[in-house]
Amino acid sequence: NVVPTAVKINLINMLSETGLQVIEATSFVSPKWVPQMADHTEVMQGINKLPGVSYPVLTPNLKGFQAAVAAGAKEVSIFGAASELFTKKNINCSIAESLERFGEVMTAARAASIPVRGYVSCVLGCPYEGKISAAKVAEVSKKMYSMGCYEISLGDTIGIGTPGSMKEMLTAVMKEVPVGALAVHCHDTYGQALANILVALQMGVSVVDASVAGLGGCPYAQGASGNVATEDVVYMLNGLGVHTGVDLQKLVDVGTFICNALNRRTNSKVSQASCRL
Amino acid sequence: MGTVPSALKHCLSYQHLLKEQLWIGEPAAPPPASLHAGQESQASGLPEYVKIVEVGPRDGLQNEKVIVPTDIKIELINRLSRTGLPAIEVTSFVSSKWVPQHSWDHQGRASRKMADHNEVMRGIERHPGVQYPVLTPNLQGFHSAIAAGATEVSVFGAASESFSRMNINCSIEESIEKFEEVAKSARNMNIPVRGYVSCALGCPYEGNIVPAKVAEVSKRLYSMGCYEISLGDTIGVGTPGSMKRMLEAVMKEIPLSALAVHCHDTYGQALANILTAVQMGVAVVDSSVAGLGGCPYAKGATGNVATEDVVYMLNGLGINTGVNLYTVMEAGNFICTALNKKTNSKVAQASFNTGPIK
Repeated sequence: NVVPTAVKINLINMLSETGLQVIEATSFVSPKWVPQMADHTEVMQGINKLPGVSYPVLTPNLKGFQAAVAAGAKEVSIFGAASELFTKKNINCSIAESLERFGEVMTAARAASIPVRGYVSCVLGCPYEGKISAAKVAEVSKKMYSMGCYEISLGDTIGIGTPGSMKEMLTAVMKEVPVGALAVHCHDTYGQALANILVALQMGVSVVDASVAGLGGCPYAQGASGNVATEDVVYMLNGLGVHTGVDLQKLVDVGTFICNALNRRTNSKVSQASCRL
Repeated sequence: MGTVPSALKHCLSYQHLLKEQLWIGEPAAPPPASLHAGQESQASGLPEYVKIVEVGPRDGLQNEKVIVPTDIKIELINRLSRTGLPAIEVTSFVSSKWVPQHSWDHQGRASRKMADHNEVMRGIERHPGVQYPVLTPNLQGFHSAIAAGATEVSVFGAASESFSRMNINCSIEESIEKFEEVAKSARNMNIPVRGYVSCALGCPYEGNIVPAKVAEVSKRLYSMGCYEISLGDTIGVGTPGSMKRMLEAVMKEIPLSALAVHCHDTYGQALANILTAVQMGVAVVDSSVAGLGGCPYAKGATGNVATEDVVYMLNGLGINTGVNLYTVMEAGNFICTALNKKTNSKVAQASFNTGPIK
């Protein structure tokens, strides 16, 4: 069930009004692989781009990068992984080969003065390999950072991590990449996301990925949840006195909008609770 | 993120994954008697052992829509007894005689859902090394509980006057007086008493609650002889920020080893709040199997935090609980099937769906 382009554009425009500074808009992947993102050009050209807000897009290779820039993208993201098997299953090559492909994107991006964000998947566990060593995560992160990514987003792809493994992994990565260039992308499949994010914050990480209404299930476990809900993250950060610039009430309203449009319940507990304090 | 086509069918089942990970392994034996909950021996500064108090059969079932048959309750409790949980709150001795059956306050709900307290108390298996506390709001309830075989009781105070009045129809001071009667009798009979403080991080009627008030009520309960004070975020509004401030105030009055946290997950903050408490040295955590028990103050919202999710986190932190996560998940699966409802535990949700989407 593909979401209509107009709804996507509406969603992004509404998110732009909440105070969020970065909104990942779409993915310049071949529609053959990800039909849900087939309208990438229309979306990119259709959204209101607020000054001060960044709208990065995924670009898995040079071709995608070129299409993204032609459509007006000003920031791109590339996706690596800390697991050989995951890389093989996902994009049919080794980690080293994937980094070579990204190298092409990096060169082109540098020439066009386009910032590149690097994602590392499976940082706390892999659906194929199981346990992932912190050293491997540090190694891949270091490579992507050296290639020129301004930020590395460390993804707990299957949400299996806990504050214990998060701490261990970050300790290793922080030896290779400055903490100011690190972000965490936690999945809530095991309910651990907020606790994991808290630990990351305690260690100095100050960039957190989240998804409004917790959109996005886990493709590896039927019925299980995936992304952590932005509303729940903002609620926690507000409670900690950490500034985000985001208006929580507006964000909750956006979540309500997209859930109605998708005819589904929210995954955000903040949104679910009607209790007002 | 990425593409996940046919590769999915080759991915490890979650059962396999979980077995491999450190934090799902067989629990270590409970600590020797000399090492009490709260003793820090980990380099990380975290307690080495955390006691989990399972409140599903009482707090959980009391706040579920459906009234559960007595035999199902007993079966649930018996299953929980085999998981390694050291304490299971089994029922509540609230008298239905004094409470109008249509009332929706705590007394009303409790008396309806827990009317079978005698049968439950007498029907359950009592495993050695496991405590089976019961709620006793007043002296009469206490006597009934003892007559039915209870060997530990709990009393429920609140840090909010409005909540106290709305819930148990009296002021905080009046409720403390009632509890003192219970505590006195309990002391004479060598029965341990656990004290709860509701609304520790916020009240559905008053809003913000000052940490000093929580500390004051906690101190009253502790001074009257409660061996442990469970601080409850009754409506789940707390965050690591407010948890820290509240605990700092309470820790000035009560020794750390006598403190417990009872977090609700209504705003998704429970695990982060529990983590904060554990980082501050708290070593007793209340939770409910399958996250039983919604929030009576916010329709459709969740309440208790799921025991499975708490144990998963503590395992991952290298903290011993003595609890076998698999058997808790099985108990959760049992009661959810009986209640015809989905679990509120994310760990259970992720684990009981073996393998990828078909």
